[in-house]
Amino acid sequence: MTATFKESIQEALANPNLRGALGRFSEAYKISREKAYAGMDFQAVRDAVRDVKAHGASHLEELAEAFKAKAEAAGAKVYRASDPAEVKAYILALAKENGVRSIVKSKSMATEEIHLNKHLEAAGIEVYETDLGEWIIQLCHQTPSHMVMPAIHMTKEEVAEVFSTKVEEGQQPDIPKLVKFARGKLRNRFLDADMGISGANIAVAETGSLVLVTNEGNARLVTTLPRIHVAVVGIEKLVASFQDVQPILQALPRNATSQLLTSYVSIITGQVPNTDGSPKQLHIILMDNKRTEMAADPKFRQALQCIRCASCLNVCPVFRLVGGHVFGKVYTGGIGTILTAWFDELKQSDDIQGLCIQCGACKDVCPGRIDIPDLILELRRRLAVEKGMPLVQKGIFAVVNNRRLFHSLLRAASVAQKPFAKGGFIRHLPLFLSGMTDFRSLPAIAPRPFRDTFKEIVQPECKEKAAIYAGCLIDFAYPEMGEAVVRVLNKAGIRVVFPEGQTCCGAPARYNGAYETAAGNARENIKALLEEDVQYVVSACPTCTVALRDDFISTFESLGMGDDLEGARVLSAKTIDFATLVKKLVDEGRLEFKDGQQAETITYHDSCHLKRTLNAQQAPRDLLKKAGFTVTEMKECDTCCGMAGSYSLKLPELSAPILERKLENIKDTGATSVAMDCPGCVMQIRGGLDKLGSGIKVEHTAVRLAKRLK
Amino acid sequence: MDNLFASFKERAEAVSAEVHRCGTAAEARDFVHGLLREVGGTALWAPCAFLEAQGRPAFPGLSYDVTREGAAQAKVGISQMEWALADTGTLVVDATEVGSRLVSTLPQIHVALIGADRLLPDMASVLGRIKPEKACYLSMITGPSRTADIERVLTIGVHGPERLVIVFVEGGAA
Ligand code: SF4
Repeated sequence: MTATFKESIQEALANPNLRGALGRFSEAYKISREKAYAGMDFQAVRDAVRDVKAHGASHLEELAEAFKAKAEAAGAKVYRASDPAEVKAYILALAKENGVRSIVKSKSMATEEIHLNKHLEAAGIEVYETDLGEWIIQLCHQTPSHMVMPAIHMTKEEVAEVFSTKVEEGQQPDIPKLVKFARGKLRNRFLDADMGISGANIAVAETGSLVLVTNEGNARLVTTLPRIHVAVVGIEKLVASFQDVQPILQALPRNATSQLLTSYVSIITGQVPNTDGSPKQLHIILMDNKRTEMAADPKFRQALQCIRCASCLNVCPVFRLVGGHVFGKVYTGGIGTILTAWFDELKQSDDIQGLCIQCGACKDVCPGRIDIPDLILELRRRLAVEKGMPLVQKGIFAVVNNRRLFHSLLRAASVAQKPFAKGGFIRHLPLFLSGMTDFRSLPAIAPRPFRDTFKEIVQPECKEKAAIYAGCLIDFAYPEMGEAVVRVLNKAGIRVVFPEGQTCCGAPARYNGAYETAAGNARENIKALLEEDVQYVVSACPTCTVALRDDFISTFESLGMGDDLEGARVLSAKTIDFATLVKKLVDEGRLEFKDGQQAETITYHDSCHLKRTLNAQQAPRDLLKKAGFTVTEMKECDTCCGMAGSYSLKLPELSAPILERKLENIKDTGATSVAMDCPGCVMQIRGGLDKLGSGIKVEHTAVRLAKRLK
Repeated sequence: MDNLFASFKERAEAVSAEVHRCGTAAEARDFVHGLLREVGGTALWAPCAFLEAQGRPAFPGLSYDVTREGAAQAKVGISQMEWALADTGTLVVDATEVGSRLVSTLPQIHVALIGADRLLPDMASVLGRIKPEKACYLSMITGPSRTADIERVLTIGVHGPERLVIVFVEGGAA
């Protein structure tokens, strides 16, 4: 990561407005969005949106031609532009030809993308953004920090200051007054403008229609008052039929602003009359700017399913800390990282892709069903291929790829750390590693790994057999979690085997774009775990479970390693997370817990992979209740704790405040314990609470349950 | 029908629209007159079926000659809507005729007349009925104009009207 990028993060973190406004907003957003979808099946709506947009993305050329024919028959002029320069030249020529002196604009990301205003202003034409947020950022020469709320990073005081210095002295930080002021100031701009420029939220091929979705009413004025209307439309806005408009109109306002519908939806088809009755010139520019290239990429095509609702930003724990400007470009957040890599160039995303914590919150909320985290991993992979890995990282992965070396180093570390470890925590690490322990303690490496203690566990003879996959953390830091898993399964009549050849699941490598290393890990694990014939391969680490179940397959697919797929699929079918397996055993009556209510009140933290990839969030809660605990929910129980593997090492300045918030939410419940299903989260949260000197107990669900077996 | 109306009213009021119901066209006319008297200023009434059937009532300050200057000055704009959607509290109208757009965009208050029989349950039912090929400028209106661009604080009325007064007229608006 470059120094300036780190600086921009620090700067954003130091801005209290940003953290306050975004934090409050993202909290309220989840609740109000839920309400907006009440009585509606979000999954069905998003399936419909995905289908409509995916169809569009795979028929761009066809739809663009059909759209052009229809719109032109209705009196529009349609111009297809392949790059930004063409769009700018077209509009400027049109303006000159028609003696245009001033232009009013309705909000349009496509024109932001190509920096149209600058170009027109340089030619002496006045350009006014009329969306309130856009006007504010235009006045202070900034870029939007959010796709739906461009000026969300500013306070009313800052807005009043901007208005006072750039427009008219004496504006007060009173929001209704500031809004009135904008209305008053822009009114004559609308009336005087010769040209109106808008974007479009949807373009319908079947009818040649443009659909504009707004709240302020400015798009209606921009498309009504000036004698020329120019719409700049990214070709990914095309849908096939008029009926396709519906799911997008259902999802967009609900996801963007938690509204059932925005105040205004305008559907414009061809030429409409001007206010003097003459026909209005309508120019529609269908802009490509790499979208066709994107559509041809089997992996990235899905990014064209984006309807620009910005909900992926609203739920992103990193975005809400740092806001949009650290992303540096026009599109921000997770999807912004992807669009920047394409519309600008791959290497522009080098720094910002590192902001993604891979928690998957965006994927969960995206109405276009875009797997944003996966696409960001793919960016990492391509970046790693293009420019190679940093040397240190390369060294680390070379070690991780060599099981014997890796494991013996970990064993050595358990001895070497002695001077630093106290009471099960490494409180301080020497020199360059100290950044790791600034905000939370790290677990000490266990004196004996689980693979050693496992051999001493006396197990009953059972008919059924399961292989335990420990993963690095359970194996080398938390052997007691592994022991708990064995105890619980034994009780249900399942014998547990520990395949010695197992090694790191490859997630760290994969999440850093080192797919070759991940593939090496995958191969070794598949071989080890399928050696013996077992019913289940069980893991108490959700990240490992996801690796075994999903990632091995997709890593092989990404690298075109078709021969390895068969084994990966067999393993995938057997893989199950601990909580889901135990819930199943309890439901089958094979496992019971001791009677009696426990004194401890537990709150439950959802680990990202368990909840959002494995969808197993209910099982651990049910089990804890069955085991006699009172489970009380914390606020934002499913927001990432900030651990995220090596993320907390690379970006501790972001990991720390994310954790801080999590700890606050845990403390607010008044619970004396917090349970979770991921050893990584245990490490992060236990470390954080330890640093605070809190007495709240942090345990893996497995450890909790093992103690309550009948 | 009553259910649809109740739902429409609830949804529209939730987004700050004002919803009224008049038993006859004459009642609606009186209601509009009362409102104009109350708020003062000038008003513009765009050509519509209601007027064709009722004639053009004369109120002080009210004009039927819709121009952009007039609309920019007017306090109230009056126009007729074609459909109302119960599940979102939305009005739908073919606004190709520019007068109907001017009176619903520029003045501070927009009075929307609609026949009580024009209620539809939802967006799907209206999308099946409207033909974009025939209506060049379709408008869907849900509440008055609004913004939350400064600190996420909701403020009603920005570039569009700050009041939306919806008047349902029994027996069809025409
Ligand atoms: S990626 Fe999905 S969530 Fe993000 S803006 Fe696009 S549609 Fe919305």
